[in-house]
Amino acid sequence: MGAAHSASAEVRELEGKTGFSSDQIEQLHRRFKQLSGDQPTIRKENFNNVPDLELNPIRSKIVRAFFDNRNLRKGPSGLADEINFEDFLTIMSYFRPIDPTLGEEQVELYRKEKLRFLFHMYDSDSDGRITLEEYRNVVEELLSGNPHIEKDSARSIADGAMMEAASVCVGQMEPDQVYEGITFEDFLKIWQGIDIETKMHIRFLNMETMALCH
Amino acid sequence: MLRAALPLLALPLAGAAEEPPQKPGSPGELPPGLVLFRWQWHEVEAPYLVALWILVASLAKIVFHLSRKVTSLVPESCLLILLGLVLGGIVLAVAKKAEYQLEPGTFFLFLLPPIVLDSGYFMPSRLFFDNLGAILTYAVVGTLWNAFTTGAALWGLQQAGLVAPKVQAGFLDFLLFGSLISAVDPVAVLAVFEEVHVNETLFIIVFGESLLNDAVTVVLYKVCNSFVEMGSANVQATDYLKGVASLFVVSLGGAAVGLVFAFLLALTTRFTKRVRIIEPLLVFLLAYAAYLTAEMASLSAILAVTMCGLGCKKYVEANISHKSRTAVKYTMKTLASCAETIIFMLLGISAVDSSKWAWDSGLVLGTLIFILFFRALGVVLQTWVLNQVRLVPLDKIDQVVMSYGGLRGAVAFALVILLDRTKVPAKDYFVATTIVVVFFTVIVQGLTIKPLVKWLKVKRSEHHKPTLNQELHEHTFDHILAAVEDVVGHHGYHYWRDRWEQFDKKYLSQLLMRRSAYRIRDEIWDVYYRLNIRDAISFVDQGGHVLSSAGLTLPSMPSRNSVAETSVTNLLRESGSGACLDLQVIDTVRSGRDREDAVMHHLLCGGLYKPRRREALRCAQAHASSPHPQPVQRRSYPGRAAMGTWQCTCLQKPRRLCPWTCRQAGTRACHPWRAWHPLPAPRPQL
Repeated sequence: MGAAHSASAEVRELEGKTGFSSDQIEQLHRRFKQLSGDQPTIRKENFNNVPDLELNPIRSKIVRAFFDNRNLRKGPSGLADEINFEDFLTIMSYFRPIDPTLGEEQVELYRKEKLRFLFHMYDSDSDGRITLEEYRNVVEELLSGNPHIEKDSARSIADGAMMEAASVCVGQMEPDQVYEGITFEDFLKIWQGIDIETKMHIRFLNMETMALCH
Repeated sequence: MLRAALPLLALPLAGAAEEPPQKPGSPGELPPGLVLFRWQWHEVEAPYLVALWILVASLAKIVFHLSRKVTSLVPESCLLILLGLVLGGIVLAVAKKAEYQLEPGTFFLFLLPPIVLDSGYFMPSRLFFDNLGAILTYAVVGTLWNAFTTGAALWGLQQAGLVAPKVQAGFLDFLLFGSLISAVDPVAVLAVFEEVHVNETLFIIVFGESLLNDAVTVVLYKVCNSFVEMGSANVQATDYLKGVASLFVVSLGGAAVGLVFAFLLALTTRFTKRVRIIEPLLVFLLAYAAYLTAEMASLSAILAVTMCGLGCKKYVEANISHKSRTAVKYTMKTLASCAETIIFMLLGISAVDSSKWAWDSGLVLGTLIFILFFRALGVVLQTWVLNQVRLVPLDKIDQVVMSYGGLRGAVAFALVILLDRTKVPAKDYFVATTIVVVFFTVIVQGLTIKPLVKWLKVKRSEHHKPTLNQELHEHTFDHILAAVEDVVGHHGYHYWRDRWEQFDKKYLSQLLMRRSAYRIRDEIWDVYYRLNIRDAISFVDQGGHVLSSAGLTLPSMPSRNSVAETSVTNLLRESGSGACLDLQVIDTVRSGRDREDAVMHHLLCGGLYKPRRREALRCAQAHASSPHPQPVQRRSYPGRAAMGTWQCTCLQKPRRLCPWTCRQAGTRACHPWRAWHPLPAPRPQL
């Protein structure tokens, strides 16, 4: 009885913190247990058990994002070694659909949170700027699925994208000015016209947990 | 569907002189001698008239666009219909009988296919499939709802006595009429929405609905028509079931035909490397063949063409040459625009022929009110259901635009003309009502939708130029979402989309794409490539000099197996020559795209940045704001004589960088490349 009580109290606490409904929390908890092999925490190695993740070109960045302290709101940088269920839910909450009935401020807040998640994925050294090297890294990974596109081409693409970003963010530059990298504000500027609310979410209703194959 | 296989438009102009050909040597007459000039009107009549009508339509368009003010207020379709009315009046007055009607045969065989092909081919497929559920719901359920409620309501109106008894129509007749008047018309929707620029989701839903409801319209029309012909007493229960079954047959069959032809088209374009000139022809022929095949089999032809366009585009664009792509795009757009213009004009002209219609106020008013009301009601109900399952719900404003944007057009008119007067005695009344409805929707709704959209503050589409960043981020997103779905164990939309892309990559693309295109197919690369070409072209367009005095045209392009890239570029760097930026070059480059593109870059960079023979190009930041090209001080390297100013030929639009920027890292670059590659010490001059 006591256990059940505290379980539901926990669930309610989690509901409040992350915004998921209790059903969704139950299902996610089942999935968490599957992934972690009934352990209370998940480590990076556990993600190897997710079969379809292998085919994903930016797999390493995504897995990293799960352990990123900035996403877990535990610190300004660094990686956690393992995450517990609450952390798992925190990461998942970045992908919840934004409730359109909330006020504009709230919507704006959620939007920024999602964009921040994305920003952290690009900014691997946590210095608050996406530098050219980091961008190149991302593009190389994205194109890594295609063996015929050479590294040079990937680099050129990254360079071109960086320049576009510079033109959007800074516009006019002095002849001697050097563009350090994309800060979060610049990042927001790039995303200004685009609807991230409609793109970055997953429907968490009606989930059936699929079996993991080892 | 019944199609009158009629020849092209015209009846001969009454009163046009028809000179019988001079017959030399008729018996009993002196031979008239050599005739210098003969009037052979009847020989060129038909094609001449067709050409003349198209010319009149195009001239009309030019005249309309002379006045900015008018075109910003009034959509083109309105103006064209009104012009048609005027022209029809003139023809009627002159010839005393109405000619040049909108013949259903011409319409369905010649005027409709280009428009549908154009929209199918250029349909944003991602957006379409993202919203497919909503589109299908509105197309199928919505159209059925509209048809039944309108038909039933009109019948009720007749029972209530508001419709004159001279309109002899039974329940089935009204149902038939309801089925043809209830379908949202793709031509009208396109014509009006194109000028309004609502956000993409809204547009794709309304437009997708107008395309996909063709199957439903075809089935309903056919079924109701055959019921009317059989007589309502002979209709059995099995016929109803057959009707329902035919809905599936028609729609899925039409889509299947389209996909088969898409497959054929993609496959044939794979082998056209040596016969580039027929590529555009193939695209049009096979798409038209899809349309005609579906027509022949009484399946939904519009669905066939839409699916053909949607399905083949990716592979065809990868396989055909750059020039063919341009040819296809512009020919399609021209044909579609031309067809649309003619349709609206003919609609106007056809309305003038009063022998074809008979007026009944009750019917007309009733129809108008009912279609508006039932459409609104239907949209609200369906949206409520859809919002339970959609990720992004459709709000009230969207619903208003969707109900108001349900325009009827030429398809309804053509269908009503096709009715058999002996079987449907009320045909004339129906014709009049259809004309009024079509005019009302195109003119009144077309005129008012822009202010409505503005007043309601509907989210407009911002015209984004394709940017590399956007493409990159979208791809990252897709991968992240697919990954999170994998982690969560949920086989949702992204999961299936990912699976489809894997399947496509492994099997379909390999089969359908040319090998060279297959190797380097990647969307990010495509966007990058196109942006490069666009920049390079605009650079040259704005007067940039790429060809140096050394005047090198690109040597025979290295084939895929040839010399390693580095040595070629070194070679070109050494010779310090410029590049000839010619589309032809780009065309031949296409075959080994990645390598050659990198070579091109090195060339162009190398050519421009050779400090030995060429002036270094330096774009000052002043450009970034000024709309006019400004002379720029060339940066002088120590030890070299300044060579005067160099016209920096960058942007005309502010906020764009100098398009002449070398994207290859490591080379000296025009600012803001300097950001990452500060100029090294200048090399010693040789």
